[in-house]
Amino acid sequence: MPQDDLRIGVFVCDCGTNIAGSVDTDALVEEARKMDNVVCSIKNRYTCAEPGQQEIKKAIKEHKLNRVVVASCSPRMHEPTFRGCVSEAGLNPYLVDMANIREQCSWVHMGDREAATKKAGDTIKAYVARARYLEPQEEKEIAVKQSALIIGGGVAGIQAALDLADAGYKVTLVEKEPSLGGLMAQLDKTYPTMDCSI
Amino acid sequence: MMDVGRHPNINLLTYSEVESISGYIGNFHVKVRKKARYVYENECTACGDCTKVCPVIVPDEFQQGFSSRKAIYIAFPQAVPSSYLINMDNCLGTNPIACGKCAEKCEKKCIDYDMKDESVKFDVGVVIVATGMDVFDPTPLDEYGYTKYENVITSMEFERLISAGGPSDGHFIRLTDSKRPETVGFIQCVGSRSEKYGNPYCSNICCMNTIKDTLLLKDHYPDIEAKVFYIDIRAFGKGFEDLFRRSKEAGITYIRGIPGEIFEDPKTRNLKVMVEDTTANKIEEHEFDMFVLSVGVTPRFDMPEVQQLLTLSKTSDGFFMEAHPKLKPVDAPTSGVFFAGCAEAPKDVKDSVTQASAAAARAETVLSAGKVKLEAITSTINTDLCRFCAVCAKGCPFNAISVNPKKKTISYVEALCKGCGTCSADCQFNAITMKHFTDEQIIAQIDAYLEEDPYSKVILFTCNWCSYAGADTCGLARLQYPPNQRLIRTMCSGRVDEKFVLHAFKNGAPMVVVSGCHYADCHYIDANRQTQKRVEKLWDKFERLGIRPERLLLEWISAAEGQRFAKIMRDNEELRKKVTKKEIEHTIKVLTEEEEKKKAKKK
Repeated sequence: MPQDDLRIGVFVCDCGTNIAGSVDTDALVEEARKMDNVVCSIKNRYTCAEPGQQEIKKAIKEHKLNRVVVASCSPRMHEPTFRGCVSEAGLNPYLVDMANIREQCSWVHMGDREAATKKAGDTIKAYVARARYLEPQEEKEIAVKQSALIIGGGVAGIQAALDLADAGYKVTLVEKEPSLGGLMAQLDKTYPTMDCSI
Repeated sequence: MMDVGRHPNINLLTYSEVESISGYIGNFHVKVRKKARYVYENECTACGDCTKVCPVIVPDEFQQGFSSRKAIYIAFPQAVPSSYLINMDNCLGTNPIACGKCAEKCEKKCIDYDMKDESVKFDVGVVIVATGMDVFDPTPLDEYGYTKYENVITSMEFERLISAGGPSDGHFIRLTDSKRPETVGFIQCVGSRSEKYGNPYCSNICCMNTIKDTLLLKDHYPDIEAKVFYIDIRAFGKGFEDLFRRSKEAGITYIRGIPGEIFEDPKTRNLKVMVEDTTANKIEEHEFDMFVLSVGVTPRFDMPEVQQLLTLSKTSDGFFMEAHPKLKPVDAPTSGVFFAGCAEAPKDVKDSVTQASAAAARAETVLSAGKVKLEAITSTINTDLCRFCAVCAKGCPFNAISVNPKKKTISYVEALCKGCGTCSADCQFNAITMKHFTDEQIIAQIDAYLEEDPYSKVILFTCNWCSYAGADTCGLARLQYPPNQRLIRTMCSGRVDEKFVLHAFKNGAPMVVVSGCHYADCHYIDANRQTQKRVEKLWDKFERLGIRPERLLLEWISAAEGQRFAKIMRDNEELRKKVTKKEIEHTIKVLTEEEEKKKAKKK
């Protein structure tokens, strides 16, 4: 069940003209404002930039937001950014979600502003609906084993192994062939310095 | 190579293969099979007495087959580790009666025919994939006569012939008469930049490699004549243009045009070509003593094995895909895994070394932090609702759940859960909740999408790693498709519950698409097989209920397949247009009745 005192903030991003070029972002802001539990709806030129993030943090405090929906690019791009942003404002990072209105909307429906705006509006609506059910999550911290596996003992594997080993980490280098060197060992000289490969 | 061999922090396992990797960033459990060398690596002094008495003669792979080696051998004199080994496929037998000459000769007694493969297990925090590349084999290109004409060689064979450590002691000779060639031709882009043969991509290294080869030839034999046939010379790196200029100044001729075919004069064994010189606009004939095919590079033949070990993805050219082509060029999509060298794309030595140092630095950011945050998105099980049917346990790709139906017990190790959500979708009793991707959340999204004008919308379930990323790739490339799809992201297609699909249809969706990673690409080992089973079950159900199964699509789309994503979207829009209002109303009616029947049964 969604909690009773939901206060959702929606942040619509122009992304310069990347989104605003094919989608009516002003209309989206107005549409979002009318959705249930949405207490603020704000447009940014670049939500991911510092002023955009400040705006989110400010709104979380001012409007006592407890859920945030950012309508911008792919979460595969900026989810970590906005998770970081809301947690700096004291919100659990899992209480923010992203409606992808760029990669999956403005960039792929460039010739049809009306349909793209309709799809973007739907996407925001769906992610606001989802946000009502978001709950805080805890990430557990675990220790990292202080060692590395390197698969392949060609020139790249050798360099990576030496760098990590010199930095003091234990490295296991696994090579399929009986000896190191890979393809490079078979070369006579290498460009541009024309020196020996081995 | 020597530094690696003696570094106190490096454990070197050669002649070894990684068999399995489990776990996650910070805690990978690795199992390696160290193949038997039949020679004690640390004891062997590489004196070479053994190889002298070995009676078996086979082609030497290191020398590209131009010379021979024995069954007991060392790849090359500077090899690390500096130890011989026996290739048991070549050896006459482990039974000393059959041969046993090497063991007899070895003073240090470090040959052991009974040596067994060893299994080595250890844990690491990070993994660097530096598996390299293969060289293109031009044998299928009949027009160049490779293997038919002995004086046509590849650039890799050139390396061995010009090398002082090679089979001819660095004397560059023709294979037909062992004479030094007076004239040598080079053909560029063999196996590269071709939609017809080999690979469509540029192999990156061949132009500069040929320029280097021509300088080596001139260095050895100032009077030698060499001509290079090319499409473009790509001398784009630091110092490259300078080297190209040096080659031209040394008297090498560069001709823009690729010969169509190589002909051999059977008497002289010389090679003739006709070529259109596109800068001079004329057809020319050239004759050479030797031809070097500047062959491209290809993804390694054993990449699929490594891909499965670490659930990696490949780009359309077959090399490993980075987490982001610009912003995370060294990171694999799997956390804690990094790329170095040609596994990610064709590279020369300098770029391989650069990326290797970058990979090491990226790996260090994880190692030096000492701590890493684990996935918060996992399942939770409500044991009060569980009926101990064990369906979840069977479907879990990570064996995080175990159920004893007889004793009516269930145990669940949350640390093993990777969050695919398959269990939650499989559970018929709503006993399992997938955090952050709950039933309520997903149903709320479907409802929001279908609240207005549902008949025009296609509900599309996408998995975070492949099909959702494929949709992003499609956007990055600005590939256009009809605007009727409404996407719902889950971590894995295995999360897509039957009830989500039914809910969408019951609320008026004309079409539903379930999409995920290709089979071998699934980021949760094989969770997408559960997806397939579930969709097949739904198709059967639809058949029974008189709903056209074609309205539910199952599509595998990789993160790189933006074009495929766009095509599928265009295709399913065509299908959607054919779904009539009457048909949708019928579906809603049938599914509502079905649900009511179920409810009545439960009561």
